[in-house]
Amino acid sequence: MAELTEVKPEMLEGSWTLRVRNTVDRVLPMDHLLPHRQPYYVGSWVYVFGVITIAALVWVVVSGVVLSFMGPQWWHASSLGRFFNSLHFWSVQLFFIFMVLHLWGQYFMAGWRAGRAATWMIGVVIFAASILTAFTGYLSQQNFDSQFIAINAKDAMNSAGIGAFFNVLNFGQMYGLHVMLLPITVTFLVVVHIVMVRARGVVKPIGAEGGKAS
Amino acid sequence: MKAKKQVTQEEYYRGIRMVPYDLIKELTIALVGVGLLALILGAALSSPDVPPVTIASWAQSDPVDFVTTATNELQGGTISAGYGNPYNTNGSGQSWGPIAPVQWFGTRIPVDSANSFVIQPLKDASFGNTDLGKALNQWSSASSDQQTTWLKAYSDALGKATVTDGKVTVADGQYGPLPVMLNNLLGIAQAGGLDGLLLVNGRFYQTDYTQALLFMGDGGYLAGLAQNANLTGSQWGMMNETGTYPGQSWLWLYTMWYQVFPFTSSDGFLGLNAGNADLGIIIVMTVLTVALALVPFIPVLRDIPRWVPIHRLIWKEYYSAGKRTP
Repeated sequence: MAELTEVKPEMLEGSWTLRVRNTVDRVLPMDHLLPHRQPYYVGSWVYVFGVITIAALVWVVVSGVVLSFMGPQWWHASSLGRFFNSLHFWSVQLFFIFMVLHLWGQYFMAGWRAGRAATWMIGVVIFAASILTAFTGYLSQQNFDSQFIAINAKDAMNSAGIGAFFNVLNFGQMYGLHVMLLPITVTFLVVVHIVMVRARGVVKPIGAEGGKAS
Repeated sequence: MKAKKQVTQEEYYRGIRMVPYDLIKELTIALVGVGLLALILGAALSSPDVPPVTIASWAQSDPVDFVTTATNELQGGTISAGYGNPYNTNGSGQSWGPIAPVQWFGTRIPVDSANSFVIQPLKDASFGNTDLGKALNQWSSASSDQQTTWLKAYSDALGKATVTDGKVTVADGQYGPLPVMLNNLLGIAQAGGLDGLLLVNGRFYQTDYTQALLFMGDGGYLAGLAQNANLTGSQWGMMNETGTYPGQSWLWLYTMWYQVFPFTSSDGFLGLNAGNADLGIIIVMTVLTVALALVPFIPVLRDIPRWVPIHRLIWKEYYSAGKRTP
């Protein structure tokens, strides 16, 4: 059996793969992605809000996958389906409560300091995308709430010109967005947000960097 | 502008005491804890599921409102008939000065209320129904003035209509073919046929409820049920839902604007008023959302956390130690 031979370093010059791998190693080494130590001030209870928001999102996705697999009518006629819908519903409620607490916590900690503005901004985009995802969920319930929310909301959407492309009266469009495009968007942005947090580490307490909150 | 050198985590944390941390363990505990909480809430409190209103249930529960709405569709007097874009060109929609996004994309979802909700379903149902066929012929061959006269007389008479065996009866008068047409439409609706006709529209598979919802939105029945359930816009309806469930509470700020000046006033302020509240509130919320995203760059907003000592509670251990680099 032939032995593997080393590739000469000069032959790897210009390798896109190696360049990406080296960048990832530099920006986000495993020691930062899965840390085994943190600054002592990270022991504050406020840091819990971020991780429980992620935990709630996991349950939203898991229960949502079950509901979408069984189809939009299932939960109206099955007690098991109703249970999974309830799990989905309350996971969403918890997700928003935790996310808002996380947002306010980060605001009063000025979490955007020392080069972390983009992390804050992506967090706000996640908040907005989550609201849109939940909104399409309410429109996809196929019950009285969905009907009246659709009738009520169309005027706002139409007045902004959005209604021409985002028809809240079209169940198929809202359901497709709710189970596919928007959850993928939210999940992707959450992953980017977490990677940014892990790459830079958590910010120091206010005053530890010269007293400016900006 | 001088480019800042990227500080590594090791450099950033230099001199700060580090403590053991188990991310995977923390995430696992959070997953189990939050899962249990959601499970208990779901099992104990369930979730709202009030059955939807069908056109059949509307026509059975409130036949006069149904027939009145259908007559208004023929008169062009309903919300959808005079809406404007994206459904038709019969209204101008909301604007704020020169800003009128509703006009930008034209009629993208065409809806001809009189034809779509009344005439076409009646034509579909006239197969084998001689009386209805004759009534439709009489209607289509009549002049526009004649149609308007019949509609006016019938519409006035509906104000004193009675319901007998589910049918709408009005005082004798010159209504042309309208009583036959609209009682046939009522019968089709009560049997559930109109739900299907408005949905299918010549196709088989369908998931678009635009026509059925616009038609129901034109009537007073569904709006009355929504009023009773505290779901209308003036009742904080965009964030409410049926029962005592929390609803979309995260929309509280958006919903709040509908309850306050200038969006409750006909005169308004700077051109923003009740008449263009939807557009005005979308603009306000867009500005506020962008501002939230840009907080790190906005003086005062970015300084409040430094002025308000909540961070001293959050990092109590750090500040009580009175040391910057423990």
